[in-house]
Amino acid sequence: MAVRIVFLGSLQDIAGREEMEAAAPLDWARLLEAVGPDCAAALQLERVHIACAGTVLADKVALLAQDGDEVALLPPVSGG
Amino acid sequence: MRDIRLLSEPFNLGLLIGPFTHAHPGLGGVCTFVGEVRGGDGVELLELSHYEPLTLPGMEDLADRAFARFELMGLLMVHRIGPMQPGEPIVCVSAAALHRRDAIDAVDFCMDHLKSASWFWKREKRADGWHWIEPRDSDHADIARWG
Repeated sequence: MAVRIVFLGSLQDIAGREEMEAAAPLDWARLLEAVGPDCAAALQLERVHIACAGTVLADKVALLAQDGDEVALLPPVSGG
Repeated sequence: MRDIRLLSEPFNLGLLIGPFTHAHPGLGGVCTFVGEVRGGDGVELLELSHYEPLTLPGMEDLADRAFARFELMGLLMVHRIGPMQPGEPIVCVSAAALHRRDAIDAVDFCMDHLKSASWFWKREKRADGWHWIEPRDSDHADIARWG
């Protein structure tokens, strides 16, 4: 088992993929390392959010994903 | 009646709004907004992506807040996902209420939150390729009105 990382919106282009796997447990520092420097820079922007196991984190730096969790990287949204 | 949906196919407005309106005998007013994919800016295709674990639950939460904030008899909120052509409807919000102000404001409230505070990502295909669309400053100003 591992942590599945899902890239949404423009982060797919920056990361060059839609998803990847990383070893658990996955914290903020390990996430930044796993996704590569360009995507790591984007993740630090205030408008980019992170969800873990279906819940948007109030403080993304507090990420601690466990085996089997899905971590979604959520850039600024645009609907309607 | 509460009808909150994500659709991956074009929808027929009459088939949505007719039954919704008829489900509320005695209503004072229905307000309906339909957003379409804008044409004319060289846009060939628009694609809406979403994130399954968050998008529909987020719309349900938005509906909860609309019901709490306005005196509504019913609320319909339908949003397309996937690829769509200019001229196709992308979103439909309809509210039924005893009084017009609640219906109008509820639709306005839901649309502002769907535009810039719901889990959708929009990109447009033009002659030179795909472009991700971010909310405009006016979209942020619109949502700020609701506090």
